[in-house]
Amino acid sequence: MHELGIAQNILQIVQQSVAKELEADVREIRLRVGQLSGIVPDSLEFCFSVIVNETGMKRARLRIEQVPIISRCKECSHRFQMDDLGFSCPECKSVSLELISGRELEVVEIELADGNDEAV
Amino acid sequence: MSVITIERKVLEKNEQIAERNRELFEQRGILVLNLVSSPGAGKTSILEKTFQELRGSMRIAVIEGDVQTDLDAQRVARYGVSVVQIVTLGGCHLEAKLVADALGNLELDGLDLLFIENVGNLVCPANYDLGEALKVVVLSTTEGDDKPLKYPAMFLNSSVLIINKTDLIPYAHCDLDALKRNALQINPALRVFEVSCFTGAGIPEWCDWLRKKDLSGL
Repeated sequence: MHELGIAQNILQIVQQSVAKELEADVREIRLRVGQLSGIVPDSLEFCFSVIVNETGMKRARLRIEQVPIISRCKECSHRFQMDDLGFSCPECKSVSLELISGRELEVVEIELADGNDEAV
Repeated sequence: MSVITIERKVLEKNEQIAERNRELFEQRGILVLNLVSSPGAGKTSILEKTFQELRGSMRIAVIEGDVQTDLDAQRVARYGVSVVQIVTLGGCHLEAKLVADALGNLELDGLDLLFIENVGNLVCPANYDLGEALKVVVLSTTEGDDKPLKYPAMFLNSSVLIINKTDLIPYAHCDLDALKRNALQINPALRVFEVSCFTGAGIPEWCDWLRKKDLSGL
């Protein structure tokens, strides 16, 4: 629901990380987005495509890696992916679980075109 | 092509401000609760009942968050508590910076309790730390017993669940046991209170817990 604000935060982080004169070379911004982050990837891409046009990074696009919800059982240490929340450990049925991944919302990498790439 | 490694959280700025808020609250010994729910679940009604019950025994302030209007601030101000209204003008959740700014308009000296009533929304407020000690999610029986399964992040990130409108259970076709089972399946550590702001049932138990400020196990 708040993907526009998130897109603005992402742009700010990129602008803080890339020299002004290199902004035009930004091609891809790689994100890690957990399934529990509350972010809808399509909506984030749409919001980003709208606001990026107001910047010097007009050719920048997002690449979103969706991170599944992975839990570890505190009883038997079994690690498993949860396609739905609230299940018990498939091995020992314990409900005492620790969340390993799924909350991520991170800018991981930025890919820039080099001068040579432009000529190709 | 060249690649720059960043590895930064998108919400890092919010988290930094939230941490500063939290330090301030802890230094002053103020218990801060972030109240979250869908619109109409009864957050403001629970606050009104709480203020009636705790009047004279605890010093309380409220930060009200709404998309529009200061109607909630007007409601709670009648109970003699300090209140600051944040109007988000369309924003679907409160952020730590809005809370930090609102603190400038509150007298924090001698406060025991600060409630932050978030914007009614079971999605976005789950992911924004405001610096609270814990999130209290309110779910009313008229919303249906399946909501914890449909909005898991909110129930996972909350420490306390208040089930409101228990007086309407016979009419709402809400299975209270299923509601609790669903919520505890998402988050087995949830502390659950069952209340009715209409009859007042359950409010004393909730207020006893507030008086004790006992967060052990949460």
